[in-house]
Parts: sequence; C-alpha cells; structure tokens
Amino acid sequence: MSLLQDVEVLRNIPLFAKMEPSKLKLLAFTAERLTFQPGQFLVKQGDAGDSAYVIVEGEADVQVDAPTGTITVAHIGRHAFVGEIAILCDVPRTASVRAATPLTAMRITKALFFELVNQFPSIAVEIMRELASRLSRTTQQLQQTLSQIESGKK
Amino acid sequence: MLRGTAGHRLGMDNSLYKYVIRYSLRNQIWLMVLAGVSFPFLYLFYELPKNIVNGAIQGRAGPFPVEYFGVSLDQVTYLFILTGLFLLLVVINQMVKYYINVFQGITGERMLRRLRFQLYSHILRFPLPQFRKISPGELIAMLTGEVEPLGGFVGDSFAIPAFQGGTLLVILTFLFIQNPMMAAAAVALYPVQMYFIPRMQRRVNQLGKERVRLVRRLSERIGETVQSVQEIHANDTSAFEQAQFSSRLGAVFWVRFDIYNRKFMIKFLNNFIQQMGPFFFYAIGGYFVIKGSLDLGTLVAAVAAHKDLASPWKELLTFYQAQQDARIKYEQIISQFVVPGLMEEKMQQEAPDPLPHLAGKLAAANLTLANEDGINLVDSASFTLDLGRHTAVVGASGSGKEELGLLLARLLPATGGRLSVDGLDLRDQPEALIGRRIGFVGPGAALFAASLRENLTYGLKHRPLTDPGRDLESKQAHARELHEATSSGNSAGDLAADWIDYRLAGINGPAELNLAMLMALEVADMTEDVYQYGLRGTVDPGARPEVAERVLRARMALRERVRVPDLAGLVEFFDDTRYNTNATVAENLMFGTPVGGAFDLERLAASPYVTRVLDKIGLTQDLLVMGRQIAATMVELFADLPPDHEFFRQFSFISADSLPDFQALLAKYPQDRLGDLKPEERLALLSLPFKLIPTRHRLDLIDAPFQARILAARTVFASDLPVELKAAVEFFDVGRYNAAATLQDNILFGKIAYGQAEGSERIGRVLSEVIASESLRETIVNVGLDFQAGIGGSRLSGAQRQKLSIARNVLKRPDVLIISEGTAALDAGSQTRILERIRKNFAERGLIWVLHRVTLARDFDHILVMQGGHVVEQGNFEALKEPGTVFQQMLGTE
Repeated sequence: MSLLQDVEVLRNIPLFAKMEPSKLKLLAFTAERLTFQPGQFLVKQGDAGDSAYVIVEGEADVQVDAPTGTITVAHIGRHAFVGEIAILCDVPRTASVRAATPLTAMRITKALFFELVNQFPSIAVEIMRELASRLSRTTQQLQQTLSQIESGKK
Repeated sequence: MLRGTAGHRLGMDNSLYKYVIRYSLRNQIWLMVLAGVSFPFLYLFYELPKNIVNGAIQGRAGPFPVEYFGVSLDQVTYLFILTGLFLLLVVINQMVKYYINVFQGITGERMLRRLRFQLYSHILRFPLPQFRKISPGELIAMLTGEVEPLGGFVGDSFAIPAFQGGTLLVILTFLFIQNPMMAAAAVALYPVQMYFIPRMQRRVNQLGKERVRLVRRLSERIGETVQSVQEIHANDTSAFEQAQFSSRLGAVFWVRFDIYNRKFMIKFLNNFIQQMGPFFFYAIGGYFVIKGSLDLGTLVAAVAAHKDLASPWKELLTFYQAQQDARIKYEQIISQFVVPGLMEEKMQQEAPDPLPHLAGKLAAANLTLANEDGINLVDSASFTLDLGRHTAVVGASGSGKEELGLLLARLLPATGGRLSVDGLDLRDQPEALIGRRIGFVGPGAALFAASLRENLTYGLKHRPLTDPGRDLESKQAHARELHEATSSGNSAGDLAADWIDYRLAGINGPAELNLAMLMALEVADMTEDVYQYGLRGTVDPGARPEVAERVLRARMALRERVRVPDLAGLVEFFDDTRYNTNATVAENLMFGTPVGGAFDLERLAASPYVTRVLDKIGLTQDLLVMGRQIAATMVELFADLPPDHEFFRQFSFISADSLPDFQALLAKYPQDRLGDLKPEERLALLSLPFKLIPTRHRLDLIDAPFQARILAARTVFASDLPVELKAAVEFFDVGRYNAAATLQDNILFGKIAYGQAEGSERIGRVLSEVIASESLRETIVNVGLDFQAGIGGSRLSGAQRQKLSIARNVLKRPDVLIISEGTAALDAGSQTRILERIRKNFAERGLIWVLHRVTLARDFDHILVMQGGHVVEQGNFEALKEPGTVFQQMLGTE
C-alpha cells in the first residue's frame, strides 16, 4: 500500500473528507498502518490509551467486559473511527475492539490527533456529531433496558 | 581514639619547609652538594679569561716559549690550551646545571605526587559531615590546580637559594679579590632592595591568599551549577546564575589586577635600583677618574661586575616572591585538609586475619548523634537486636531513622553512647571489619563509571589478592612503576592483580563468581534488566566460539519458529539475493554492520567509496532525482508545522532548521538542472534516499527495477571493497556470526516488519523462547554485565541503580545488611519481591531495614519505632498494633 492510496482511503472517510490534500498526506504519512490478525485486539478495555484507529479494511467487534462475561456491543467495519474517547479525556479504554477478520487500520497517535483537531475544527465537529449520536443511541438503549427491568419487576 | 587533630601526626606539616625537609631532605642535600661542587668551576670560569687576555694574548705569561710540566709551549699553543680549558669549563658548568635541573624536576614531581596522594587519602578519611562544609569543586580545584605550582617550588626550595646565592658569592669573592672597593660599590644598593621589597611583597601575599579563596569559590560555584543544572533549566534562572558567576569573576579580576599592579611595581623598583648602579658608577666614578684619583680600567671592570651580579640577584628576588606564593598556597590547602574528626590512618590499614564475624546481639546504649548545632538527631537510643533475626526501623521523615541507619553502619561516628556486637565496641573497629561484615544500601546508590560487572564486584575489592602473573618485560615495567610510587609515598596496590575477595562472597574462586553474581542479581530483581542490556551487547566470536555457535543455532531455530502462519511476515530476514523492504536503502546497499568509523549508516552518502560504487552502477543521478522528490514531499508535508513540533523529530527526513534551505534548493534547481548542484547541496540531496524504508515511508519511490539496481550496487560494494576498508564492514551472512552486531540482531538476522500489530512484542516472545531453548539466557545476562554504567551510573535508571546497589551487597554476604530507604525508587511489585528475596537470602543473618512504608514492617521479627530522635516503641508487629501506640497511628495514616 502506498501513501497516495492511503490518502484516497482517508478522503473517503467522512471525518476527514473536508481536509486539504496536503494535510491528508501528512496524516497518512505520520499515521502508522497496522495489520491485525482475526482475534487480535486494537484496543483493550482498561488499558491506558494513547492512540485512536481508523479502520481501512476489514471488520471488528466492540466488546465490553461485564460480570456475566464479554458482551459484543457493536460490530464495526471500514472507515470506522475508534478509540478516540480514551485520548480525548484520559480515561482507560472503555471497551475492547477486536479484529473479526484480517484487518488493516491506521493508528493515529494522541499528538497527531490533537494537531488535526487544532488545525481543522471541522474534524472536531465531525467527532462531536459522532459522539452525540452514540450518546443518544446509548441513552435509548438504557431507557429500553430500564423499562424492561421495570416491567420484569411487576 | 578516632580523632586526630594535629597536622604533623597525619604526615602533613603546617609549614611548607618542614614538609619539604621531612620528605626530601636527602634530595635537597644532594642538590646543595651539587651546587657546591659547581662553584670552584664557576670561579675558574671567571678567573680564566683574565689569564687568557693578560697572559696569552698580551704575552705577560712569557717570555715564550714557556715550559709547563716539561713541555715547552709557544704563545699561540698556550692561548689555545687556555681557551680549550675555558671551553671545558663551559661544558662542565652547563652539565652540572643540566643535572641539577633534572634532579630538581624529579624531586619536585615526586613531592607533588606525594602531596596529591596524601590529600586524596585525607579526603577518604574525612568524617562524613565534612562533605557538607566543603564542595567537590573546591576539593578538585585544590588537588589539581592549586598544588601544581607547589611541585615546581619544592624542586627549587633549597637548590635555587643555594645555587644562585652561591653564584652571587663566587662572583663577589672574585670581585673582592680583584678590587675590594669596586666589589663594595657593586652591592652598595642591595640593602635598599632588601628593605623595600619584603614590605611590598607582604601586601601581594595577602592578595594572593584572597585570590586563592576567590578561585575556590569559583570552582565551588561551577560544581554547584553542574549538579543543579536541571533545577536551573526548570526555573529559567540561567540569567541569574550568569550574573552571580560574572560577579565572582569580577572579584577575581580585581584581585588579580591588583596583584599584577603591585608585582610590576616591585619589578619596576627592582630594575630601577639595578640601573641606579651604573648611574652612580658613571657619575661618581667618572668624577674621580676626571679628578685623577681612580683609574679608568677599574671603573669599567666595576660596571661589568655589577652587570654579572644582576642575573643571580634577580633570580634570588624572583625566588623570594615564588616562595611567598608557595607558602600561602600550601598553608591554605593544608588548613582545609587537616580537619577535626579525621579518621586515623590505621583504621583503614589494619585488616585482622582471620576477620571475626559479627554475630549475637547488637546492643546500642544511649546512642546519640548531634549535628554541628548541637541538636540531637538521634537521642539516647537504647536497644538490643538479635543479629540472627530481622529488624525494621520505622518513623516519619525527620524522626532520625535515616541517621540511625548511618550510625549502625558506622558511617557516622556517634557523638555519644556505645554501639557493640557481643561486647565488641564497633567504634574502635577498623574499616576492614566494618566494611566487609556490614552491608549498607542507602537511598542514593553510588555507581562508578565502569561495567555493571565491576560495579557488582566493587564490594569485594579490598586488597590485591593474587600475583597478576606478568611476563618478564612487564614485570620490569611494573617494578619501575612500583619504585616510583613508593618513592612518592603512593599506593603499592597493583591494579592488574585480582582484587576480588572470593572467600568473602562465600565462593572458592573466579569460576564460581558468575553464578554468585547471577544469584545476587536475581535477589535484587535485576536479572531482566541485565538481560535486556545483554541483548544489545556484542560478543567476540573468536574468544567465545561456543557462544557464537549457539547464537547461530538460535538464529536457525527462530527462522523455523516464525514459519507458522500466526507469525509469518513478522520478520523479514536478510537475504543476499533480495532487497529487504523493512531496511533503509543504506542498509540494503551495504548489507552489513559497520566496524569502526570508516562507514556510518547515517552518513553513507558522504563516503567517497560509496560514491564510486554508485557511479559505477550509474545510480547517482537517479538517487539525486529521488532525493529531490523526497525533499519536495517533506517540504509539502512539514512546511506549515511550527519548527519545534515533535513530528520533525519523529517523522521528517529533514530537520526543522534545514527545511528553509531545502525549500530554497528546490526552487533553485528544477529536476533538469541537478547537474549544477554545489558539492554540499548535492550531498544533502543524495543523503535523503539513503534513509528510505519502503514499508515504513510508503513513498512509492523504491520500485522493483530500483531494488534490482541497489542489489547490483550491493554486489559491487562487496567485490570492489579495497583492502584497507575490508575490516570496516562485517557483511551479513546467514551461516556466520556477525561480531559487530548485537546478540539480538545476530539471532534475529533480519528486520522486524513494519505495520504488524504488536510485531516487536510477539517477536520478543519468540526471541526469548529460542534463547531459552539454546540455554543462552545466562550467557546473555553475562554479556549484559559488560554494559557500561556511565558516569555515576547515569546510563541506568534510578531503580536500576538501587537494584545494583542491593545486588552488590547481596554478593558481599555481610553479617548484617542495613538498608536505609534503599528501595524507594522501585515500583511496589519489585519492592515486595526484593523484600521477600532478601529476607530469605539473609535468613540466620542480620537484616536491619529502615522502611519508608510502615505496612512493609509486617513480617519483620522486630520493629523499632522512631520519633523525634528517640526509639519510642519496639516489639513485633502484633504487639505494636495495640490501640494508642505511635505505631498504630502511623499505620492508620498510611
């Protein structure tokens, strides 16, 4: 895979779509391109996080450790952006991301990420949009769960 | 008695002349004898010219031919014989002078060596609190610069006054015999000089003292700056420091300036009075000649004699000044080194044989330590400890627990009370007993600029124990060294001998040392650290062929192991027929490890040989074009970033500083004008592609045809290599051990592939598997022991320094080990492991641990609780845990 192909891949990701080509190139140049075997972890719940990933190719499961065992909460694929929460607010990883198929991802370090956000507020807006929609989804799920518990009590 | 006070008892006299007489009387007498021997010749040297002029030239010795010892001589022969004699005297005089100078030199150098050695030995005997009063900078300044001129002076101290004074007397005698009046006139003004000059010199002496003091403070300041440089940067106080330094330099400047002024004033006065002589001769003498009461010949002779006297007289006056200077320097140095509480010499020299063991009860009775202000840091501490059991000392900081640790290790002498082991008062015991039977690990572990191995065995090096087994030639050289060392009262300890006390370590000899060291490392939880250093170390396959062989087997095993699909592609092995896409262009071209400085992978483009190879393949132009493309890409990517952005360091081929240069270069030379590049610009562009790694940088510049040409260049590089460069590179060869490469690189024999998640961790695991299967781990730890710790152990982390200090003491096998906050820099896991292992290792031996966390005291047999310098509670953990105790409170707040 060459740098120019990586730039093409990044351009197709909504998060980076509005960046100038030269910055996209810097992103591709400084981001490490990693391949994962099925079963390998991109991020592990509880670890300290220093980077986020953009999935270029392949699929992964988002998993959460619960007292009852590991629960898969989402299934993500190409162009997904994961792992940003831990670098945004310095908390341990909130979930695990595990490759489900052979997977290629670009690793974006904390320094690189903040460099991008500082230079391109549009990325920050994009991320905000994504986080907000996740929050609303989670809230919805929580409501459903709560009402299920309520009805179970009755 | 631990205290010595008077200087002379320590081999250092208060006055420089006493010191010189004490250590070099024989040499000084010999020098004076030599001077005395030279005087008759000197006298003849003045006498003979008169005979030549009067007797031979003017013919007054005649009538010629004259007869001497039955030989008749005509006038010319007589002249040549006399001038021949004159020549002989010149030679004799100069040879005596030469011999005196050499002998003076050796006397001075020996005294300098002796003085430095004595001062250094004094430092080793200083009581520890002395180091709070005197800075390393001052000590260094005194031992290096300040004593240096003293050596020169010692050589002169008797010889110059004897020789020059004698010379003066000889000339005077000669003059006096010729004409008493004239002689008296020549020295008539000397009393004036002898009156004025000491008076002026006195003030110069005072200033000299001041100068020494100021320069010392200057060195102290420099030492302090070096030590606290981190603090200076962290607080942005460099301007403040510079101002302080500048002000001290100013003080030194004015004092030096004042000294020069006065010295030149003295010189002026000297010369002036000297010139007054001829003035009087011409004026008064001339008057008498005119009046007819003096004949002209006598006047001219008097002027000439006065001139002859000038040189020795001047030497004497200079000597007087130098002597004053030396005296001050000496006194000022001695006053710093003769300190109260200096340890007696015999405490360091005596070594009882056999060395008794410390066992039974350690008893402290009213043990007290007061600081300089009379405050008791440890106050009447009384307790009895069983040296077969383990004791913890706990307390808040400032409770006196650290000082108690130092007292128990006898690093600080108690100011009151008594410390004994089974009735043996520790106060009087020589360091041989204390230093070998008691181990001490403090919070700041001191390491030396040597290998880890030497640092580890440091605690065993007390005396030279074996004959180093020299051949005849080096034996003679050593005998010469030894003779010279003892002539200066220096140490006769032979550094080439084996100093390691194997018996102390509980082993029989060098063969068992390795195992003992590995065990000590294990106890100190340091094996893994040393193993990591070992992986980065090298082995000489000539000296250890069996290691090289096993490494090669491990290399093959690793290649086998990574064939499984899970690990496939994690390593790209070196293959002389293939381009390694995880290596740089430089590595691919050279395909070997540089040895020595002839090739440098970072600057390969600058090598003239590489240029020749590239020209031969016809690659130079393409590489320049490629370099231009890389420069263009880098400028495009990085131009907008601030110069201090960490991306420059991490990713860019071009530093932030040189980015504008490359911008200009790109604008000046389009692709088709690269032929016009200046040599340094050409080199700058040519260097860029050499750093390129295709899998990492993904710039699409290294395609298959280019790879093929680099492979061709690789072949040419190896085949054309001139004889003188043959040793400068060790080529990769899968069947051969690479002596220049690290152990890890030798086993790996390839590059860890970029872009594989957790690639290096996974390969690291495979690596340690094959290392274990070839039983290489121990060997690698051993190689790791050759790692150089750096100045003060600076190449190790704080935790590693503490671990090494613990391992050193474990290896020494003391009867009692005292650890005073010696694990504070370690993480909790490591700390617990070490605590457990040391307790196991020291079962049945004494262990006293000053802890910084009370909970760690749980498993100790006995606990001392310190508060405000007192031992307020003692007992075991269960007993002390009772409500209302100080211990319980401390436990609660943790």
